[in-house]
Amino acid sequence: MKRLLSVIALASACSIANAEQLTAVSFGGAYGAAQQKHMLDPFMKETGHKILFENYSGGIAEIKAQVESGNILWDVIDVEVIDLERACSEGLLEVIDHDSLPPGDDGVPAAKDFSEAALANECGVGNIVWTVLFAYNNDTIKGGQPSSIADFFDTKTYPGKRALRKRPQVNMEWALIADGVPKEQVYEVLETDEGQARAFAKLATIADDIVWFDSWSQAPQLLNDGGAVMVQSANGRIFDAIQSEGKPFEMVWDAHLYDLDVWAIVKGTKKKDLAMEFIRFATSSKPLSGMPEVAYGPTRNSSYAYVDKAVIPKLPSSHLDEGLKASGEFWADYGESLGEKFNEWLLK
Amino acid sequence: MDNNSLSVEEILQSKRLLKRKKRMLLAFTMPLLIFVFITFISPIATMLYRSVYHPTVSQLIPLSLAELNTWDEAGDQLPNSQALKQFAIELQGLSKERLSGKLAEEINRLKPGSSSLIKSSARKLKKKSLEELQQNGDTLLLGYSKKWQDINLWRAMKRAGQAFTDSYYLTTFDLKRNAAGEIEQRDTQIYLKLYWKSLKIALIITFLTALLAYPLAYYLANAPSKIANRLMVLVLLPFWTSLLVRTTSWIAILQTNGVVNSTLQALGLIDEPFEMLYTQFATVIAMTHILLPFMILPLYSVMKNIDPSYFRAALSLGARPVPAFVKIYLPMTIPGVSAGALLVFIISIGYYITPAIVGGTEGQMISNIIAFHMQSSNNWELAAALGSLLLALIIALYWLYDRFVGVNNIKLG
Repeated sequence: MKRLLSVIALASACSIANAEQLTAVSFGGAYGAAQQKHMLDPFMKETGHKILFENYSGGIAEIKAQVESGNILWDVIDVEVIDLERACSEGLLEVIDHDSLPPGDDGVPAAKDFSEAALANECGVGNIVWTVLFAYNNDTIKGGQPSSIADFFDTKTYPGKRALRKRPQVNMEWALIADGVPKEQVYEVLETDEGQARAFAKLATIADDIVWFDSWSQAPQLLNDGGAVMVQSANGRIFDAIQSEGKPFEMVWDAHLYDLDVWAIVKGTKKKDLAMEFIRFATSSKPLSGMPEVAYGPTRNSSYAYVDKAVIPKLPSSHLDEGLKASGEFWADYGESLGEKFNEWLLK
Repeated sequence: MDNNSLSVEEILQSKRLLKRKKRMLLAFTMPLLIFVFITFISPIATMLYRSVYHPTVSQLIPLSLAELNTWDEAGDQLPNSQALKQFAIELQGLSKERLSGKLAEEINRLKPGSSSLIKSSARKLKKKSLEELQQNGDTLLLGYSKKWQDINLWRAMKRAGQAFTDSYYLTTFDLKRNAAGEIEQRDTQIYLKLYWKSLKIALIITFLTALLAYPLAYYLANAPSKIANRLMVLVLLPFWTSLLVRTTSWIAILQTNGVVNSTLQALGLIDEPFEMLYTQFATVIAMTHILLPFMILPLYSVMKNIDPSYFRAALSLGARPVPAFVKIYLPMTIPGVSAGALLVFIISIGYYITPAIVGGTEGQMISNIIAFHMQSSNNWELAAALGSLLLALIIALYWLYDRFVGVNNIKLG
């Protein structure tokens, strides 16, 4: 009996120690490594809390499953704005008190220091500006150097496989832009049946030359091993491959689709306070300034003081004019119906 | 007097003993029964239930739905102002409880494009007072956007409000109900095609594994045991290797600059590399390889138990080898072929990982779409309906099999 009691006491002592452990989830790769280095490690060192860091590939299904079953495994998540909008309004995320965010290192209050989009949603705090662009491999490209999204769809001049992520997002926008729709009108056109048909028709012109992939990690891989001569990719993955592995890749900024990644807290977590403490830390000036190492732009003005000037032209924020903001609202409305049409189109 | 018969007392005692024995046996199987119920029967029951019962909307806006029940949806009039007011009030309530997104998602499923309308209207209504909504909630709502005057939106709302629905099953057959409630074809035709394709792929794989496994199992069963055991290890080794490892190694073999293509090119047999990865061909060949042991093992164990003297007897009585094989040996291996074929077919029709990794878009099967609805589109009800149909398909095929071949003929060893 005595022994049993001591076991119980020990077990509960362990669970108290474990209470200071947080589980954070993000996208892995070079981005995850940069977050580990600039956000998680300094936080653990400073506070003594432990953070488990896991990878996922986006989407809200896993979060929904956790919240609905009441079995919360993830406390803090890094989500794309496309998913944030939906997850927040479905009650899968905690509301975050933006007033509690610390001011910038230069003393400017958080509300002014952050970009407007970073605090636009009550469930999240903007972390980085990233973008989806296309890149090519200098060693394998034929027919010259592509410079526009129209070139991506031009298989005559630039023969070879193109790799795209298997989902309608980004691909539909690119197809319309390559077909001559002005960037500002893309979503307006894509709302109509004719617009959607037009996008699919444009995609169909290169259908035989497309390699589809599921996770961003596959993009640099495909470009490297010759699976494709041009790939759609999150910009940081290509940047990292060039920077740290010396790959002969080239990024094309035309019609890139930029978006934010935000930190959010899964609804119902028992560690909400600790999660909030981490988010306050991770989105303060200094940790955010480490993100440009993988070419993702920080969402705070005050962070730029720490950023290497040579990197700034490589950030999406330096190319906003050439790009288009991904519409979370449009994809909340049409993501599912277009996803189904997209699958049908793929089966043809 | 027959003194061998038992007395009444003895009969009762033996019956008691028998009963106790039965109870004991039941008690021993209880853990398994409970386990099977928890891990197998109840999830399937939940899936079946989920595919027809979907109460979310009826729980979110019960009062508005009660109002909508009196509305003639086949007509060309909007619901009356009372219904609109009631909806505005309930939408405000949802918005305060942060549930408006849930409603928006449900309605959006039946009427794409309404998600942002519902959410933005909910945000605007949040600031209004209850009296204001009671008085002119309808005009407020209609004022926010022209889209609220779309009768189809209200029809979608009424339909989404039905807790028990056949709409997910209609979707799996590529059908839908139109405004008048009649069943018609959907604009996107996808699911029947996929079922057909999955069935086809599964049958091809079953056939290929049987074709490859039969001679190999025959050789294994008749070879000297020293050689047979060594070869058996070669069969079992891949069987013990992780599924993921085996699947990804096919990528290395089949890709554009992979083993097959570079070998063929080095030999000068082809100029341009073949496109093999991310095709139906890749799915079939990788799955055939992975499922081969499931065919070899039952075949081997059945063949091992066949007395070779039958075949020899037929030959010594003057039969030619081929007819003797077809008439004597082949029928005796049917139980093994059936068992292997059934195993391979059932496993392959629900296969998910391999087609997802090497199949690209062409080699996708129905299970990949079910996973898509579970993981990406969050349409769990549709996933449940698709899964239930797959289950029904397998049960139907099993029944057919039983009628024509006989389940008793299956032999695993």
